[in-house]
Amino acid sequence: MENESKQLNYLEDTQGRKGIWAWILSTDHKRIGILYLISIAVFFVVGGLLGGLMRAELIAPGETIMDPQTYNGIFTVHGIIMIFLVVIPGLGAVFGNFFLPIMIGAKDVMFPKLNLFSWWIYIVGAVLAICSQFAGDGAPDTGWTFYAPYSTESGTNVIFAVFAAFVLGFSSILTGLNFIVTIHRMRAPGMSWFRMPLFPWSLYATAWIQVLATPIVGITLLMIVAERLFQIGFFDPNLGGDPILYQHLFWIYSHPAVYIMILPAMGVITEIIPTFCKKAVFGYKAIALSSLAIAGVGYFVWGHHMYTSGMSGTARWFFSFLTFIVAIPSAIKVFNWVSTMYKGSIDVRTPFLYALSFIFLFMIGGLTGLVLGSLASDVHVHDTAFVVAHFHYIIFGGMGFAFFAGIHYWYPKMFGIMYNEGKANIAWMIIFVGFNVLYFPLFVIGMQGMPRRYFDYLPEFQTGHVISSIGALILLVGIFMMIWNLFRARKNGTIAEANPWGGVTLEWQLQSPPTLYNFDEIPTITGDPYNYK
Amino acid sequence: MEEHRDDIGSRMGMWIFIFTEILLFGGLFLVYAIFRAKYSAEFHSAAYELNTFLGAFNTVILLISSMTVAMSITAVQKGDKKLALILLGITILMALTFLVNKYFEWGHKVHMGIYPGSDLLKQFEQGELMFFGLYYFMTGLHVFHIIVGMIILLVVMYKVNSGTINADKFVLLENGGLYWHLVDLIWIFLFPLLYLIT
Repeated sequence: MENESKQLNYLEDTQGRKGIWAWILSTDHKRIGILYLISIAVFFVVGGLLGGLMRAELIAPGETIMDPQTYNGIFTVHGIIMIFLVVIPGLGAVFGNFFLPIMIGAKDVMFPKLNLFSWWIYIVGAVLAICSQFAGDGAPDTGWTFYAPYSTESGTNVIFAVFAAFVLGFSSILTGLNFIVTIHRMRAPGMSWFRMPLFPWSLYATAWIQVLATPIVGITLLMIVAERLFQIGFFDPNLGGDPILYQHLFWIYSHPAVYIMILPAMGVITEIIPTFCKKAVFGYKAIALSSLAIAGVGYFVWGHHMYTSGMSGTARWFFSFLTFIVAIPSAIKVFNWVSTMYKGSIDVRTPFLYALSFIFLFMIGGLTGLVLGSLASDVHVHDTAFVVAHFHYIIFGGMGFAFFAGIHYWYPKMFGIMYNEGKANIAWMIIFVGFNVLYFPLFVIGMQGMPRRYFDYLPEFQTGHVISSIGALILLVGIFMMIWNLFRARKNGTIAEANPWGGVTLEWQLQSPPTLYNFDEIPTITGDPYNYK
Repeated sequence: MEEHRDDIGSRMGMWIFIFTEILLFGGLFLVYAIFRAKYSAEFHSAAYELNTFLGAFNTVILLISSMTVAMSITAVQKGDKKLALILLGITILMALTFLVNKYFEWGHKVHMGIYPGSDLLKQFEQGELMFFGLYYFMTGLHVFHIIVGMIILLVVMYKVNSGTINADKFVLLENGGLYWHLVDLIWIFLFPLLYLIT
């Protein structure tokens, strides 16, 4: 498909716009993907540094570098930035925008203008989130969950933060809507559902969660605003309301939201593993359908966040049972990835290293999730550092590492240049070690009773905290090294060939970087997506 | 590149958007159901304060406006631009009437001192408090949707007038109509849940 003479690629073809306008007004899905990449990378670094400050505070008991109120503000801001601005849009908005149309053989998404619009809404939400830190009466201190009744009483700037989350939810809905229709209507001729690559499959499942779950948190956040502004006491017992109702409504969205985070990550890993094993993915249909199963069952497990907040025994065992059920499709994927490697011709390159560490970290995160999902053990570790370690293993070790894997995998395609792989591997090593040194001790001190979100702690937890803080330092060094290596490739990277890894999905058959409309002629699909001879 | 056109896709996008709107209100209906179950006697007595006649009148108005917007689609399909514009105009007029009624309804209640946070309301039972909280929140959100719907219909009207929407290409009008039906549909549920439970 690639012509001998290279055509103008999407980075050169500005469609007549100048400077920054060529980016922020472009409806090209690839440029929008890059816009998201830059925005998300900036917020990731900010959120990461805030996390670093928390670790610095926790290096010794008592006040170390900040007062308690500042600490409360920082962990809230860290959560809001990381959850709403980084991991929820994350893979879908960056790689989904860039590669979904290409992988299904389309020239763009179904609604390109809406796509650009959702990036703009994202930016508005981001600005609101930043304002919430500075405007008014100080940074919100409720934690990213905005639990009532504290969120309706706290004197800090909760309304801004809540409204930011609402606006960002709207952006997420529009992206999901766009992807669903794109996948339904714009697959290349011959690409039946079961000939579609698995990253689009995971985006499809994710998009349905985005569309069906996000409105619930939207209305819930509006109720918080109404309670603060108009004293409509939905969640205030003094006015007839019910604070536990807030928790239900919040988790009806926010549990499915963790699948918004992790499903595209699984999709990226599913693309990377066959490419570096030179082998068709094992159990294609099982992986495709398990994404839908996770999306479906994931809807009905929200109660496992609330075992200790007052629910009937029947409701608790029911939610616990479903939590165990939802682990099955995730495990199916892990077995399939490992089986794909079996007897494959494995080529250990940077993206593959990230993919391998994803599986390792995801297993730890997933299995400790079952400790939290079963009723008796959850009561013991509820609201301790154990929970913090668990979800960082899933969200950072899962979604974060998949993002790093994805950027190293697709970087040559997106920019047409190849980074220094040796340095990328060293950065991977540092990140992997730093990550485990940072989060693993939290499992241990969590088991011993270290509560989460605490500014101070008893002396016996100090060893764990010190090790963890050292890990944070190592991790930050590794992340900056990785970013620097990718960034520097713009200057001294080598020109990437069109297909540096020997992948077989459609994106590798285009020139690097792709042209504005991806395909001169829409391809006709005649076989399976992972067809290695 | 020529404009990519896919009417089925556009309609599908609109339907999915409508799902999200229904879920948005769905969250509220859930909250309503929970508090209605908890405070059924108070909801019953508080609902007497609402003006059933005005509510019913507004229901009729919205039903008619849904009909006129549907008729305007047929008019465009038949190429009768003038009729389509008139029908859309009537729809928007109906929406305005709805808003005026709502204004008087709310104004009357605020005048009597029944609004969230008022001194009078603080002497009410908790369940009645919750009923009026829900009443203002649900109808308020609905009014917001009416206004958005009116803006959409105005844009559509402008496009019918300029010929961008015509007998060959009318999916935008259909989608605008779908949105208007949604606004109507939500009211159909709000009306009995708030006004007719006395």
